[in-house]
Amino acid sequence: MQPELIDIRNHMAQFPPFDEMPEALLDQVVESIEIQYFRAGTTILEFGAANTWLYYIRSGAVEVFRRSGELYSRLGEGEIFGQFGLLMHKKTRFPAKALEDTLVYRIPDTIFQFLFENDENFADFVEIEDRSRLRSALSRREKSNDLMTSRVTRLISRAVVSAPSTVRLQEAARIMTDQGVSALLLMDETGDTPKLHGIITDRDLRTRAVTEALPSETPISDIMSEDLITIRANSFIFEAMLTMLHNNVHHLPVMDRDEVRGVIALSDIVKYESQSSLYLVSNIYQQTNVKGLKRISLGVRDTFVRMVNEDANSHMIGSAMAGIGRSFTQRLLELGEEQLGPPPIPYCFMALGSMARDEQLVVTDQDNAMILDDSYVPEEHDPYFLALAKFVSDGLAECGYKYCTGDIMATNPKWRQPLAVWKRYFTDWIENPRADALLNSNIFFDLDGIHGHTEFAESLKTLVAEKASHSQRFLTLLARNALNRTPPLGFFRTFVLEEDGQHRKTFNLKRRGTAPVSDLIRVHALACGSRAQNSFDRLQAIGKTKLLLDDDLGNLRDALEFISIVRIRHQALAIEADREPDNNVRPEDLSPFERSHLKDAFQVVSNAQKFLRFRYNAQVGRNAQ
Amino acid sequence: MPSNPANAGNLHSLPWPDQYAALAKQARTPLLKAFYEAGCVDPETPISDAPLVALDFETTGLDPSQHSIVSVGVVPFTLNAIELNHCWHQVVRPALPLHQTSITIHGITHSDIDEAPDLGEVLDRLFSFLNGRIPVVHYRDIERPFLDVALQWRLGEGIRFPVLDTMAIEAHLHPDRRPSRWQRLMGKKPVSIRLADSRARYGLPHYASHNALIDALATSELLQAQIWHHFSPDTPVRDLWL
Repeated sequence: MQPELIDIRNHMAQFPPFDEMPEALLDQVVESIEIQYFRAGTTILEFGAANTWLYYIRSGAVEVFRRSGELYSRLGEGEIFGQFGLLMHKKTRFPAKALEDTLVYRIPDTIFQFLFENDENFADFVEIEDRSRLRSALSRREKSNDLMTSRVTRLISRAVVSAPSTVRLQEAARIMTDQGVSALLLMDETGDTPKLHGIITDRDLRTRAVTEALPSETPISDIMSEDLITIRANSFIFEAMLTMLHNNVHHLPVMDRDEVRGVIALSDIVKYESQSSLYLVSNIYQQTNVKGLKRISLGVRDTFVRMVNEDANSHMIGSAMAGIGRSFTQRLLELGEEQLGPPPIPYCFMALGSMARDEQLVVTDQDNAMILDDSYVPEEHDPYFLALAKFVSDGLAECGYKYCTGDIMATNPKWRQPLAVWKRYFTDWIENPRADALLNSNIFFDLDGIHGHTEFAESLKTLVAEKASHSQRFLTLLARNALNRTPPLGFFRTFVLEEDGQHRKTFNLKRRGTAPVSDLIRVHALACGSRAQNSFDRLQAIGKTKLLLDDDLGNLRDALEFISIVRIRHQALAIEADREPDNNVRPEDLSPFERSHLKDAFQVVSNAQKFLRFRYNAQVGRNAQ
Repeated sequence: MPSNPANAGNLHSLPWPDQYAALAKQARTPLLKAFYEAGCVDPETPISDAPLVALDFETTGLDPSQHSIVSVGVVPFTLNAIELNHCWHQVVRPALPLHQTSITIHGITHSDIDEAPDLGEVLDRLFSFLNGRIPVVHYRDIERPFLDVALQWRLGEGIRFPVLDTMAIEAHLHPDRRPSRWQRLMGKKPVSIRLADSRARYGLPHYASHNALIDALATSELLQAQIWHHFSPDTPVRDLWL
C-alpha cells in the first residue's frame, strides 16, 4: 500500500472485521480497493445481477433489501454488504440502494475469498451475518451507538405531506390515502408563511372519526391534535424515541426552527432498530386483553438487558423502562374503559415515584393515583373508578409490577379523590408540614399525568412549584428526610456493609445510592420552583438558578449516572444468570474500576448532603417540632 | 502553451484530437511524441467511457516560473471506478530551494527531498499514467502550467492537453458565491469552492492528511460526485474539458 493512503487504512481499521486484521493484510486489502460514488437514491446492487465485490461504506448510508423488496437493514459508515452474494454463486441476493450520497470501497472477490480462507475473524464475521443474521457483540454496539449518534433527519424519507387546517375530514383522508402516509400535518395558512397547526393520524381517523361516525364534511380542525409534541432536526434518534415513549405519541414532526422538515413515525424507528424498546411498546398497544399484555411483559427484562449490553446510559434505560410501564398502564386503562364503559366524569390517572421521574428499572412497585373531576359524587361515581383502579392495579401486578407495599395506589380511596381534595392534600403537606407525614408523601412530589385529563396533574405540578419554594419549613423537613439515608461510605473510604439479615455483607444501591441522590435533588428543585420531575432535568433547572455551583452540579450528575449504571448492570447480570434481580451488591462482585469510582460517587453524595443540611438548616435533632 | 508559437493560433482552434495529431508530428522528444500519439478521445465521447487521470502536484509556490514541483500524485480512474492499485505518488527534488513555509504545508522535509529523484528521472513513469487519459485537476492553473514549464526546462519543449477542472465546475455551479455587500448584510454566506469544502457539499468524507496522492484521490471522487449530481454518464467530454 502507498503510505500516502494511510487515511483509507485508518478508516477501515476502526470497523469490524477489519479492526482485528493484521496490518500487512489490511494493506493488501486497501491496495485492491476500487472507489465508487453513488448519489442518494441510486441502485448499487440489483437483485440477481452478477456481483464480484464486497462493498464497504466509507461515507453515507445504504439500504439493503430482501428479495421481496422489504427492508432488510440500513447500513452506515464502516459497514459492509454484498457478502451474501459472494458466498453464494456470485449473484446478488440482497439488492442495495444508496439512501444518502454514498462513497463505497469495493473489495474484489479474489481478495474476499482470500480473507475468508485465511482470516478466521473475518470469516466468522461475514458468515455469522449470513447464517443467522445475529450480530457479533461489537457490531451490535455499533448499531446501538447508531441510535445514539444518528440524527432524526436520517429517518425522514419523504417530503412533508400537509394540508391547510381548513380542509374537511373526507379531503384529509383522501390526501392521506393518495400519499400513503399515516399522518397528515395541518397548516395554519392565514399568516405570511404557513405555520404548523395540528396533526391527524390514521389512529385518530379510526378512533375519532370512524367510531364516532362523524360526517365527512366535519372540519378537520375539530378532530386534529393541537399543541403538538415536536422534535428538533438536530436531535438524536434516541431522543425521538424517548419523546415518543414519554408522551405516548406515534408521530413526531421534525422542526428546523419554525419550519417542518418532515415527520417521523414510531414505525420508522422500529424499522431502523427492530430491537428497540419502542418495538415492545408498539406491541403493547396491539394487545386486546390482560393475558396478551402479560405475555408481552415477559419480554421487558430482555429489553432491559439488551439496552444494558448496548451501553445505553441510565437516562435512556430509565426513560425506556418508564415508557414501557406507562404504556402498560395506559393500555390497561383503555381496556378497563372498554369493559366498564366510558368514565362518568373526567379523570386523570397519575404515575408517582420512579415512573413519573422517568427513572424506572426492572424491580419496581406500582405507585399510582387518580384525580377525579370536581363534579365527583362518591355514591354515584366511585364504584366505577374503584373498579377501574382495581382492574389496572391487578393487571399491572400480572405484568410484573408488584402491588405497592405502602398502598400508594389508586385502589386506596385516599388516593382516588377529586382535584380539589388533591389540592388540599398538597397545600397541607407544604404549608403545615409534619416530618412523619412528609416521609410518606415524599413520593407524591414526583408525579406525572399519564392518561385522561392530564391537565389535572399539571395543575398540581403548578401548585407545588408555586407553593413549595415559599415554605421554608417544608423545605427544611423535606431536606431532613432526605438526610435519613446516607451513602454506605465509612470514614476511611471503606464500604459500610449491612451487618445482619439476609443481605449481610452487601450494600443497597437503591436505598443508599440512587434514592439519597434523587431525594436531595428533589429538595433543591422544589426550592427553585421547578416543574421538572426527572432528576437530570431537575439538575438542569437547579443550574439555571445558580443554587448550586456548576462543578457541584456536574459532580452530582456524574455520581447519579455512575451509581445508577452500576445498579442497572448489577440487575442485568442477575437476569442473565437467571437470578432474581435486586439492589444488594457485594463489593467483591464489583470490578476494581467500579469500586473506586463508586467510592468517589458516594463521596460526592455525602458532600451534597452536607450542603443540603447547611442550606436548609436541616440539622437532624434541631428544629424538630 | 504551445512550443511552436508560429502556428499557435491555428493549432489552438483545432479540436483536441486534431491538435494531438498535429503536435505528435511536431514533437521532438520521444516522450511527448508518444504522449500525443496515444491520442485524445473524441470530444463526443460520453464521460462514462472516458479514461481519466486525477493529477495533483504539491509545489513550493503558485508561480510556475519561480516555484518548483515537490511531489506528484496520480490516480487513473473512470466514472465508475477509482482503482487504488494503479495509483502513484512520488516526491521529487525541486530545482529551487525548499522554503520553510512549504515544509509546514506539505509535510515534506529536506531529508525526503535529498533522497528524491529529479522530476526528469521519473517522467517515463508519470507519462505511463497520462498517455491516453484526460487529466482531472482541482484548479487548472497549477498542474498544467507547472508541467509545461518543467518540461520546457528539461526537454526544451512544453506540453498541451485538455483538463477537467473540478473547481471550475464548482465555480460554474455557484456563480453568486461571493455575496455582494448587501447580501452579506442579509446574512448570505460565501460559497467556498476549495477542494475540501466542495467535497463536503456532496457528502464526501474528510481526509485528515494532505499529500499529492490523497488530493488527487479526493479530486477523482469529487468529479464522480459532480457528474452524478449535475450531469449524466452520457454527457460528452467536450462539455466539460477546458
